[in-house]
Amino acid sequence: MLPTTSKTQRTIAAVLAALVFLGASTTTDQKRLSIYSSVANYTLLVTDRQGREYVGLLEVLEPLGRITARIEGQHWKMRFNNTDADFVSGKTRAKVRGRDLDLSSAFLIENSRGLVPLSSLSTLLQRFLGNPVNFHESARRLFIGDIATQVTAQLDSSTPPRLVLNFTAPVNPTISTEPGKLKMVFGREALIPPANNPLAFESTTISQANFSESNGTAELTIAATAPLMASFSNNGRTITVAATRQASAPSAGTPPVAGELPASESPPAPPTAPAPASSETPPESAPVRRPLAIVDPAHGGTERGAALSEVLAEKNVTLGFGRLLRHELERQGFAVMLLREGDDSLTLDQRAGAANAARALIYIGLHATSEGNGVRVYTALLPREGPDRGPFHAWNAAQTHSLPLSQSIAVAIVSELQKREFSARGLAASLRPLNNLVVPAVAVELAPGPNGVSDLPSANYQQKAAAAIADAVALQRPSLEVHP
Amino acid sequence: MIPRHLTLGVAVLLVIVLSMGIYLNRMRRTADEMQRLAADTRPVAAPAAGPTETVTLYVADDVIGSLRSQSAQIPLPGGRQQRAEELLRALLRIYQQPDSPHPLAATAEIRSIYLVDPGVAVIDLNAAFADQHRSSILGEQLTVNSLVETLAANVPGITRVRILVDGNTRETLAGHADLSEFFDVNAIGQAVTQGGQ
Repeated sequence: MLPTTSKTQRTIAAVLAALVFLGASTTTDQKRLSIYSSVANYTLLVTDRQGREYVGLLEVLEPLGRITARIEGQHWKMRFNNTDADFVSGKTRAKVRGRDLDLSSAFLIENSRGLVPLSSLSTLLQRFLGNPVNFHESARRLFIGDIATQVTAQLDSSTPPRLVLNFTAPVNPTISTEPGKLKMVFGREALIPPANNPLAFESTTISQANFSESNGTAELTIAATAPLMASFSNNGRTITVAATRQASAPSAGTPPVAGELPASESPPAPPTAPAPASSETPPESAPVRRPLAIVDPAHGGTERGAALSEVLAEKNVTLGFGRLLRHELERQGFAVMLLREGDDSLTLDQRAGAANAARALIYIGLHATSEGNGVRVYTALLPREGPDRGPFHAWNAAQTHSLPLSQSIAVAIVSELQKREFSARGLAASLRPLNNLVVPAVAVELAPGPNGVSDLPSANYQQKAAAAIADAVALQRPSLEVHP
Repeated sequence: MIPRHLTLGVAVLLVIVLSMGIYLNRMRRTADEMQRLAADTRPVAAPAAGPTETVTLYVADDVIGSLRSQSAQIPLPGGRQQRAEELLRALLRIYQQPDSPHPLAATAEIRSIYLVDPGVAVIDLNAAFADQHRSSILGEQLTVNSLVETLAANVPGITRVRILVDGNTRETLAGHADLSEFFDVNAIGQAVTQGGQ
């Protein structure tokens, strides 16, 4: 009996390990394109077809303006703001603004999605937007208009030395260390290389800062011969990287305070067993831990949600709105998990399960409607709950313990929206998955603004609402962080 | 000379063809009859009999985004269950009028209401009620609140309400309002009072 059990356990462990490995390798192998614009910064997945890189044109343009598309036979016809375009499946020649445009390889239609070759994206976007487009193609980073974030570095030769990095816009990179290096990865920031890259410093402790970019991200690597510590100031526009005193000076090796990141020369500990901080040795580093917010664009896939107009489906508006809200929350220092990145089908139980498993600080579900006006913010209207069994809560009333905080957050969001001249109301609704969530949870329903239904897909309208929501959530962050 | 088994085979086939023809003809007649009955709007059952009573209906109003109470005089039968059905049918007639404050499909129906003690009411809607309902959180919630509040205000003792569609459970009314659970009458009453729904 025992050997069988042991064998079974080993088999399960091996399968789980393989799944974890496969999951990890899939994630790291995914090709990404980052787009930076004055409206939104966002990242899309790139797919390989016929040995070339392709991206969905609808997904590229959706956050930038109002877009509709339809298929007529082999033709994929679309309208972006006031620009009409006609693409033909399998052909390289397209028509945009009534003029021919040659793509570098054939246009493809897959599952109603129009795919364009990545190498033609800058030409296409210039034609659609009329703005200059700067595409770092090898790194898959695309800048629309004058959007670049610049960085300057100044080494302060105090003891221990400090490197002050000033950015022209707030940044929130993921920071980690390797032996002799401190790495900052900028996923959402339109960071461009400094004038003289790499930057060399006349210091034996902090010798160099090197900018590089790849797969939709920019990276700033600081080479040092001593453990480094990073801290943020000036509303995220300044990062100060300071060398800590060596282990021979234990009195200075104090543990980092919140918002600071320690780094050391020693190899980082495995992620499952981080080395504890001590007063003698600076603690091992890990990526800066930011509070997690879940953003859930409702509907998706075959479930279109409400038909907001003849051509506009709720699922598309919620996705665009979700991307903008993610960006706004990230600006406020949150890590954000968008529950669907594309036109995916997720059940309500899957959405609740993902949010609960992530132990997020807050869940925000997004909906849209063509009825009424302004924005409505909902909290759960709980059904008659099933009995809790010991430490296990009833699934249909899992929200019970977080509901008071959810209601406070809803009030804060309504207040922030009203300050920005939205007509906003807070209500209770029997809306899943709100009642299945253990974390504070609200749902936001975007209704038309002063221009009617045409406001719903408008990036400006969505951006304004997203900024208000993110500001309100940021204001409530202290309450969220003490919530068990 | 035609072989005997061939003759038998042809005879069997002829019988099958003839039977199919008769069956198809009956099916066609049934379909015609159903169409004719559907188009016939003449009353076939006596209207609800009973003394006319003044009741309070909670009517959803899309413009203000909440319920408003409205008095109505309707004939109510003596039975508790029939009374509940007539109440909600009177409410539905308001929503089906051309100038309705919360339009619902003309083909929407309350199929039946079952009152199960202690305190449970099950409202069975027809498919058209849900299939043709406009999809939005507020619109769907107003419909649910209106049905629950009207029932609870006029039929004493109801504490929980379940909504079925064509006798079956359904996940949502039209994509948003959750129909998979019992509605708590007190909770809906509080939400209506506090949130102005």
